[in-house]
Amino acid sequence: MSNASPNFLTSSIGKKFLMGFTGLFLISFLVVHVCINACIYFNDSGETFNMAAHFMANNIIVRIVEIGLFLGIILHIVQAAILIRQNNSARPEKYAVQNLAVSSKWYSRSMGLLGTLLLMFLIVHLANFWVPTKVAVFKGEEHNTFESLKVVFSSPLILIVYLLGLASLFYHLLHGFQSAFRTFGLTHKKYTPFIKSFGFWYSVIITLVFASMPITLYLGIIK
Amino acid sequence: MSHGNMNLTLKIWRQNSGKEPGQLVTYPVKDISPDMSFLEMFDVLNEQLVSKNENPIVFDHDCREGICGMCSMVINGRAHGPKTGITTCQLHMRSFKDGDTIVVEPWRAQAFPVIKDLTVDRSAFERIQAKGGFVSVNTGTAQDANCLPIPKDDADASFNAAACIGCGACVATCKNASAMLFVAAKVSQFALLPQGRVEATARVKNMVAQMDAEGFGSCTNTGACEVECPKGISLENIARMNREFLVANCKD
Repeated sequence: MSNASPNFLTSSIGKKFLMGFTGLFLISFLVVHVCINACIYFNDSGETFNMAAHFMANNIIVRIVEIGLFLGIILHIVQAAILIRQNNSARPEKYAVQNLAVSSKWYSRSMGLLGTLLLMFLIVHLANFWVPTKVAVFKGEEHNTFESLKVVFSSPLILIVYLLGLASLFYHLLHGFQSAFRTFGLTHKKYTPFIKSFGFWYSVIITLVFASMPITLYLGIIK
Repeated sequence: MSHGNMNLTLKIWRQNSGKEPGQLVTYPVKDISPDMSFLEMFDVLNEQLVSKNENPIVFDHDCREGICGMCSMVINGRAHGPKTGITTCQLHMRSFKDGDTIVVEPWRAQAFPVIKDLTVDRSAFERIQAKGGFVSVNTGTAQDANCLPIPKDDADASFNAAACIGCGACVATCKNASAMLFVAAKVSQFALLPQGRVEATARVKNMVAQMDAEGFGSCTNTGACEVECPKGISLENIARMNREFLVANCKD
């Protein structure tokens, strides 16, 4: 048997591998993000939260990791766009009737749509918080991130946008987490049930904790 | 109309050749016995068409006992129709109700071009197979079966993967028209056995390269293929192939 050597990263499986890898990287980022945010629950007028935010905004290692994070997001999106285009051209003539509801979950088929919604949310989110913090750092000013949280989340419209963004995140994670492991070839009768339930509870907890923040700030529970 | 027989409206994809556009054409059929298979119902319809001097509907079929994988039809949006674990020839008209409208389309994929009506060209699968879906052995007397001890679990998993009949329902079902379940079954059946390990690296790389070259989509792990596979090929095979592919690319 001759041995053709296709480029791993440009093969269909390699592309999926990169999707899973960047996806898990972003998933690990969410843990850091949610932990920092949870500092608002000290309910000390944002003292602890601002301290954590200040550390994140000025620490050199965090800055370097941030570049990696943006590269990860871009790679995840570009790879997805390439894959979606290829997948669409794999079926140029669509079915008149297709009943996929019986064989798969809607969110597993809607990762592109959910991802697009997430990207739109991300742009709003960066404009709300990331950009003002960066501007403050460049000007050498102290940015009171906690105060900006309270201002942003006093708007019911923003609250709804965030909750919808988090709903997209929930379903994106629900499929993405366990799907990444399958792409890596990590299945095992003993560990796969654990990975699946871990992915489920990860999606639920991350989403609920994130959602609790704009809600409590909007309702004025956190002052 | 005898007791229990049905009148149905069929909407069937008619396409003269891959070069011409096709369309759904409506055909009423009367007095269909619930005991007929779906293909026998097509035979009845085709005899009517021939007697009216019309072109019969071209569809693939061969063994009509559920093991050859030829009868490729997407029925009401599902490969091989509403039941799971069977091919179209094993689908009976009792699965439908009198007065039903049934839409029948060919497998739809770039890599499976329509030849005529419901018949598609599945030779892409054969080209993938030819790249490594075999074990190169010298012919001669078969050795004693007990010379190569194989764990029972591996033998069973290999056998289950080898049950793939290459019908293409996985491709037809997948929202990305991906052939991963087929290729994974063909890779797995050998990857699990010592005889297959010898060429495992080249096999998975060559077969995946050919799969990509044929223009199939990629796998998004929706799991639809596993549900619609008439032979119950498990998604685990896809994970195994991903693993094999990664390891093979690390090796050389």
